[in-house]
Amino acid sequence: MRLPDILRFARDAATGYPMRTSLSVLAMSIGVAAVVILTALGDGARRYVVGQFSSLGTNLVIVLPGRSGTGGFNPANAITSTPRDLTIDDAAALLRAPGVRRVAPLAVGTSEISVAGRLREVMVAGTTASYFPIRNFELGQGSALPEEDWGRGSSVAVIGNKIREELFGSAPAIGQLVRVGDRRLRVVGVLKPVGQGLGMNTDELVIVPVSLAQALFNSNTLFRILIESKSREAIPESRDQVMEILKQGHRGEEDVTVITQDAVLATFDKLLGALTLAVAGIAAISLAVAGILVMNVMLVAVTQRTGEIGLLKALGATSNTIRLAFLAEAAMLSSLGALLGYLLGEAGAFALRQAFPVFPAYPPDWAVIAGLGTALGTGLLFGVMPARRAAQMDPVQALMKH
Amino acid sequence: MALIELKGIARTFQLGDTTVNALADLNLQIDAGEYVAVMGPSGSGKSTLLNLLGLLDRPNAGSYLLEGRDVTTLSPDEQAKVRSTRIGFVFQSFHLVPRLSAAENIALPMTLAGIPAAERGRRVAQALKDFGLENRADHRPDQLSGGQRQRVAIARATIMQPALILADEPTGNLDRHTGEEVVRLLEALNGRGVTLVVVTHDQTLGARAHRQLMMEDGRLQHDSALSG
Repeated sequence: MRLPDILRFARDAATGYPMRTSLSVLAMSIGVAAVVILTALGDGARRYVVGQFSSLGTNLVIVLPGRSGTGGFNPANAITSTPRDLTIDDAAALLRAPGVRRVAPLAVGTSEISVAGRLREVMVAGTTASYFPIRNFELGQGSALPEEDWGRGSSVAVIGNKIREELFGSAPAIGQLVRVGDRRLRVVGVLKPVGQGLGMNTDELVIVPVSLAQALFNSNTLFRILIESKSREAIPESRDQVMEILKQGHRGEEDVTVITQDAVLATFDKLLGALTLAVAGIAAISLAVAGILVMNVMLVAVTQRTGEIGLLKALGATSNTIRLAFLAEAAMLSSLGALLGYLLGEAGAFALRQAFPVFPAYPPDWAVIAGLGTALGTGLLFGVMPARRAAQMDPVQALMKH
Repeated sequence: MALIELKGIARTFQLGDTTVNALADLNLQIDAGEYVAVMGPSGSGKSTLLNLLGLLDRPNAGSYLLEGRDVTTLSPDEQAKVRSTRIGFVFQSFHLVPRLSAAENIALPMTLAGIPAAERGRRVAQALKDFGLENRADHRPDQLSGGQRQRVAIARATIMQPALILADEPTGNLDRHTGEEVVRLLEALNGRGVTLVVVTHDQTLGARAHRQLMMEDGRLQHDSALSG
């Protein structure tokens, strides 16, 4: 039997039993659609988190005061019960490290901001000019904090966009004086609105020079030191250098914690990657179920069409021809189901993206390929047994069933 | 040379603990161009004989020479090839593929044999004309009358120009008038040299054949060619 004839025969056989055919195509397409949508969800979550972390800044190394619990018992900690604070000097010392590009000390507190009788509570971040490039902050108006000696603390402030709206409305903000705590500060810049992100909401932030903030909060300590490494590759190296310098400054005690954004990111990436894989695994089960369903459907088809198989044999069909015809039908059912499922899945992912624009729900390529591959594979694999059964049928027995 | 030569054919079936001898020690010779009716009561083995002749079934013992060639030892696929080119079947219940049109049903043996579509189309058109089915080419079996269905089946059986046509109760599902019509078609084929073997209950149909074989309990009880 010629190949086009086999294909036409299989197609006619499939369309000859529309209920049976549409059910198995439906099962297969739901399986594939499940793989596509679920992996799109998982991978979208991964991308979303990775994207959020990346927006914190690139090649970031962060210093926290105090030893995190992972170091085990340290005799030095036992003697000095409270960890030494991070200071501006510590931050300045880090500029010596060869792997470091920028350093920004960060002191944080809450205060009141007021202008012309309007007053509200705000988060105040005390830092330096380099904080802006490290955090990838963009200015909507005006300029960032001035490059100046960290100890000087000019009376200026950069305010978040929402604060500008609340205090000034449509009036110009740049150059205006605001009162923060007991200080009068000149607004030099307004941050671009970014909306909600991981960490603090920069729309409601007031950024002032670090020494001013410390004076405002009457404290010498820093909340964090943010360090930008020269390159991604230099991050581990910078981390060690930072640790070493701080240890020297703190009389040999490792009383700070240095974390790298990379490490955090890699952990999340791994976690969510594993999650996606797990979800894909679950979806793969539905594919296998679909494959078994195709097998069942084909087995029923063989039983239903026993008489026809006998007739074909009587008319001179070889077992190979019959095997091929049934296999072609199984392949058609599963490829049609796979294609339909793929479109359905893409449509689902598209709907997800429409409903949640921040969520990049794109199915990863590997999942699409694996999903389609498994669908076709199981369809064919599970089509083999019914096809063989059909081919091996005894023509006399088969004819009697007609 | 005999078209069919059966020697010492036996066919047994296992039914639970008992062994049923459907055919026992059967010797038979049929020449090319003969018109043979196989008759006998139910269970006499005539259907088994027809299946054996059509290579749908294998004997437990004995040999079957078709056109001088021992076909019992052939592999299933070789037997399929013989069925495809040398043997045509006509069944009591027509055995048409319900989803295929009349023309497609007639073309089916050629499709299975891998004959190109153009050649198939030409031969099907001729067959439709020969059997008076020109207006029914695109009709599916359920849109055809019984007589038309059997004509399609006969057209299908002859489309590969076989040497032998085996008909199992070809008129069993037809009324007398259409049955008569179908028998005349088969006899016309025989008139053109095709060997015709008909299994039937029907005495009048059997009597029309040039040679009658009476089967009973798996044995050949009477052969009109031998008794004259």
